[in-house]
Amino acid sequence: MSALTNLSAAEIVASVKSKKTSAADVIEAHLSRITEKDPGIHAFLARGDEAARATAREIDEKVARGEDPGPLAGVPIAIKDAIHVRGLATTCGSKILGQFQPPYDATVTARLRAAGAVIVGKLNMDEFAMGSSNENSAFGPVRNPWDTTRVPGGSSGGSAASVSAGFTALALGSDTGGSIRQPAALCGVVGLKPTYGRVSRYGLVAFASSLDQIGPLARTCEDAALTLSVIGGQDVHDATSSARPADDYVGATRQSTRGLRIGVPRAFMQSGVDAGVMAEFDRTIEALRADGAEIVDVALPNAPHAIATYYLVATAEASSNLARFDGVRYGRRAESPAAHASLKDMYGETRDAGFGAEVKRRIILGTFVLSSGYYDAYYLRAQKVRTLIRRDFESAFATCDVIATPTTPSTAFKLGEKTANPLEMYLADVFTVPVNLAGIPGISVPCGFSNGLPVGLQFVAPMFAETALLRAGGSVERLMGAAAKRPSL
Amino acid sequence: MAEIEDKLITHIATLARLSLSPQETRSLAHDLAGILQYAASLESIDLEGVPPMSHATEGERFRPDEPKHDITREQALQNAPDPEAGLFRVPQVIGG
Repeated sequence: MSALTNLSAAEIVASVKSKKTSAADVIEAHLSRITEKDPGIHAFLARGDEAARATAREIDEKVARGEDPGPLAGVPIAIKDAIHVRGLATTCGSKILGQFQPPYDATVTARLRAAGAVIVGKLNMDEFAMGSSNENSAFGPVRNPWDTTRVPGGSSGGSAASVSAGFTALALGSDTGGSIRQPAALCGVVGLKPTYGRVSRYGLVAFASSLDQIGPLARTCEDAALTLSVIGGQDVHDATSSARPADDYVGATRQSTRGLRIGVPRAFMQSGVDAGVMAEFDRTIEALRADGAEIVDVALPNAPHAIATYYLVATAEASSNLARFDGVRYGRRAESPAAHASLKDMYGETRDAGFGAEVKRRIILGTFVLSSGYYDAYYLRAQKVRTLIRRDFESAFATCDVIATPTTPSTAFKLGEKTANPLEMYLADVFTVPVNLAGIPGISVPCGFSNGLPVGLQFVAPMFAETALLRAGGSVERLMGAAAKRPSL
Repeated sequence: MAEIEDKLITHIATLARLSLSPQETRSLAHDLAGILQYAASLESIDLEGVPPMSHATEGERFRPDEPKHDITREQALQNAPDPEAGLFRVPQVIGG
């Protein structure tokens, strides 16, 4: 990896602003690395090299004129392909969208551009963000930069791989049940899911609207904090975006561990966690304790019900959201003779040909739980359990500032290992899913390695307490040093 | 619910506007049965008096419903598979 592709976003900004490096050189180094190494990883679905070069030149001209080039000046970033970037197709990892050209920028995209970030391309993902391994992408899976026979996690697998491999200093992902944090853990990078409402969802292809949230993936907590400062805040285009002012996210990453109260839900972690992951988790908790944190026992008695609850709630919302892909206004329309018979036939043929197996599975499950005769027994019941899961967190936060768990029960698994059994794949999200149901923020930070593969530790905090997450994450980064290690590609 | 009949999947697929093949129907019946068996664990939870939670926001906020022209007709049609005369054309809906 060249020196430039090793720099953090904060280092790039400082270097570009002080004219030590030009944004043009920074971008060129990253584009070269993508060209050289991405064929073995497959993180990118689309690239915008010329637009990126032009943006970099504009940044350099601003610096030369003595103007402020913005808080992310010259930083190469790539965007999960569920988020609109004008000038690049949005596929959402699906065939059904064809080469959809978004007529507008997502709010996060517009804010990144205004901050001087340089968008270099769109990143691979599980189709419609449904998956935990990236194997559900219609364009083929992403490979984990630490071991290319293994998955990068999902659904933001391309985002995690891009940051881990040094293709970009930053990436955006989206997280509905763990889709930022789980791949961040498996690829050894930082992944932050903000509080529901912290970041505008305008321009994000909707999966489950009450759970989806956009967030950053980065190699340091400082970079994740910097990105959140740029993309967060109220947006007139998203009625669920919050008017609460931003906090000092970057400053939080440098706060001392002393006095931080960390809750550990031991009973919730009792079964199904690999020994190697558990050992790294315990080692990190002990290091935090030695550094002045107070470790508190907490209980989340309903959290084990979160996976079942999630797959009833999220699929119901998805079945409704994905109704818009019908071959009328955008995307591909089936051309088989049957599709020409009537409008209904066209819908059915288009959707059967355009959606992959996992998406159909979830549409069927979601339609089932919302259908007459089953609504109360499944969907309504799940919504009530969701209330209990949220209440558990509220009770636990009476005695602690953050809650810590492993991000995932295992390190990166082999390609093909879990594809035969959908339920087994769903269980990869056991620790991340409760957080989306409650609407609270969570972060995954690298804390160690097991058999040479990264292990992620997740912190969870109350609504809008991202500063607590970043403070705890910053401590883990300083104490464990795991985030500084990079894969050799 | 241990067994899901294919005809239930066919009914759900009609509601969802998915023209599934017989193999897909069979395979989805099997998957759905497994997932619902797993979800049956929720049946043992006491939910007396617990309100349902549909979202995580702190109350509703509304803005005035004023028309804005964010995108043009041309932009709205640029991704359409079969546009004609500034409209979306679809297969026959009535009669035939």
